[in-house]
Amino acid sequence: MSGAAEKRMTIAAGVFSLGGILLFVGLAVIALLAQSGGGDAGALFDTYVWRVTRFTLLQASLSTILSVLFAIPVARALARQASFPGRIWLLRLMALPLGLPALVAALGLIQVWGRQGFLNTGIVALGFEEPISIYGLFGILLAHVFFNMPLAARLMLAGIERIPGEYWRTAANLGMPSAAVFRLIEWPAIRGLLPGIAGLIFMLCATSFTLVLTLGGGPAASTIEVAIYQALRFDFDPPRAIALSGLQIALTGALLLVLKFVAPPPQESETSGKAMRRFDGLRGRSRLADALWLILALIFVGLPFVAIAYSGLQADLARLVGDPAFHRALATSAVIALLSAAVSVGATAVMIRTQQVALMRRHAGAAARGLAGTISAGTSFILLVPPVVLGAGWFLLLRPFGDVARFAPAVVVAINALMALPFVHRVLAPAMATHAARADRLAASLGIVGFHRLRWIDWPPLRKPLLMAFSFAMALSLGDLGAVALFGSQDMTTLPWLLYSRMGSYRTADAAGLALMLGLICLVLTVLGTAGEDGAREGRNA
Amino acid sequence: MNSTVSPSAAVMLKDVEVRFETTTLLFDCVIPAGQIVAVAGASGSGKSTLFNIIAGFEEPERGDVHILGEEMAGHLPAERPVSVIFQEHNLFAHLDAATNVGLGINPTMRLSAVHRAKVADALKRVGLAGFGGRLPPTLSGGERQRVALARALVRHRPLLLVDEPFAALDPGMRAEMRELLRDLHAEEGNTILMITHHPDDVKLLADSVLFLDQGRIIAHDPVERFVERRDVTAINRFLGRE
Repeated sequence: MSGAAEKRMTIAAGVFSLGGILLFVGLAVIALLAQSGGGDAGALFDTYVWRVTRFTLLQASLSTILSVLFAIPVARALARQASFPGRIWLLRLMALPLGLPALVAALGLIQVWGRQGFLNTGIVALGFEEPISIYGLFGILLAHVFFNMPLAARLMLAGIERIPGEYWRTAANLGMPSAAVFRLIEWPAIRGLLPGIAGLIFMLCATSFTLVLTLGGGPAASTIEVAIYQALRFDFDPPRAIALSGLQIALTGALLLVLKFVAPPPQESETSGKAMRRFDGLRGRSRLADALWLILALIFVGLPFVAIAYSGLQADLARLVGDPAFHRALATSAVIALLSAAVSVGATAVMIRTQQVALMRRHAGAAARGLAGTISAGTSFILLVPPVVLGAGWFLLLRPFGDVARFAPAVVVAINALMALPFVHRVLAPAMATHAARADRLAASLGIVGFHRLRWIDWPPLRKPLLMAFSFAMALSLGDLGAVALFGSQDMTTLPWLLYSRMGSYRTADAAGLALMLGLICLVLTVLGTAGEDGAREGRNA
Repeated sequence: MNSTVSPSAAVMLKDVEVRFETTTLLFDCVIPAGQIVAVAGASGSGKSTLFNIIAGFEEPERGDVHILGEEMAGHLPAERPVSVIFQEHNLFAHLDAATNVGLGINPTMRLSAVHRAKVADALKRVGLAGFGGRLPPTLSGGERQRVALARALVRHRPLLLVDEPFAALDPGMRAEMRELLRDLHAEEGNTILMITHHPDDVKLLADSVLFLDQGRIIAHDPVERFVERRDVTAINRFLGRE
């Protein structure tokens, strides 16, 4: 096969992938918009809808503020205390919530902060009457801070570590006290990152589904996404679901615009690899303060993991593993995760390559540039329509064709694949760009094309990023409840759905055992999927 | 032991040992006050470590570090009579030139009018009058190094350590900076230790040379003698005579 034919095939495959994605998202949006055509749209925005919207924004704002406020001292302490035993493990712990399914985390948080949890048991033992309730705004904030404080702290830490080492030596030479170091060096570095970090967290919290579903309490503490789910599954009120979906799209759209123009996306850790030597915070009060913040972070982030492991091991794991319901759920989840990861990684890789091929010539034509631009826009377009809204659209679209549950597997695979796409893109794009810069001209000059190029030139260096992206996409799909919640039925039960039903029917021991297994699987996949980052960290500490 | 320290010594290192995973560095030297001393040697010979030990960024495993006759063990970097200028990143990029200089007077940046006048004067002395409001990224490499020099001026520390201060500058700028450093040294009467890779810096600026090789100080000669030496391969290589 000639190079030109190969290029045409690549572009055709890219256009096909892009077209499929746009069609899948577009049809869902059209279904929602077309059905909202009725004249009583105004009446739909009743007090309930406004209350839900207000609560969505309120909880997202508070979650963002609390996560950031907690993250600043933690990041500063981690940066200042550059070498203490266990620092690398604390950093790893801070990366763990990323890989934990929201449902499993919710269960862990309930075990720590809930009515029968460690904390309330302690409070009651101390003689207090009123235990704190985790259900409602408090629990939602708790869960969002659990997920996002470590994320914010890690991004801030990376920002502080990008500060040149000479700054710390100059500060030490000039004798800056730690308050001045914070005001003059650390805060300016953190401040520059804040819009990006806060925007990201706000976005995650405004579209949070599972945590609000499990920890929110009824209509008083419900977000738009959960309200969409309830409107479709319980009240069967499509007009309301449609109105809410429109609101959600408008909200995420506005957020994406703000993020694009106001806040540059926070950079992942990209440090020089040199050990950072700090001369402040080694003595007295600052060291004590740092230690207290780090212990607080350790307890806050670590305790839910301990709770999941502890109560999971109390469960009758042997019986659970032998349960046919578990087998079915595991098989369903595995198939869905494998398929959606394959679709996600395959489509993303093809689209990235199409972009590269389209822009390869120095003066790429308008069509080529247009295609490349559409692919870039396409990946953000996905963020515009959160999974539950996507599911709602397809729910309404498929309803005329009979029981929606029949279509569930395909729709869930597609939604999960799309959900993972932005993350997969973030892993693959830089790796593929580097590879293309190194190999494209050389391979072309040697005339290596087709299968031989894939086998000998592309696969060896890209194997690791591809497997990482695959692993991460699988973890996301395995932990997802949103898509399954809308479409799930007796015939299609995934692991998170099984866990959710067990929680709902108060089979607590079973739920704990399932949570432990699901959490472990997802964590292992996430660790595999982010192995590269971790290696960089280890290198720095060596 | 203090009695053996001559009061005219700016720096005295006695049996100083610094251990790394694969090597151990040993320093022994007496540097008289008031000189400009070039510190030379191949990459990895221990020049930066020598500076780190004197400035207090690293503590030696063994041995004594005396600066102006005083034992330095346990003294924080800010408590030593030392100013430091690095090859780059001497200025906080988000703070303007005057603020960067002002940090040399008060590291928490609470400055009186008198202090501000001192800052303006120091900037004038390095030829940057009126540059106080400029942010470092808008300055050239040479201008940034001169701001760093102005900060060293307002600190009035008797010992100035400069680590390849001209490495990022073009030849014309190097000559200008050498001139400036020499003038300021004449006015201040301080002791300057300067790491350099350029024989020109040694010949045109320094009074004496401290030459390091594989973690040892293998030569400490007046410049006239140093440039005549033929007995050490590493020195021949440094001077471009192979």
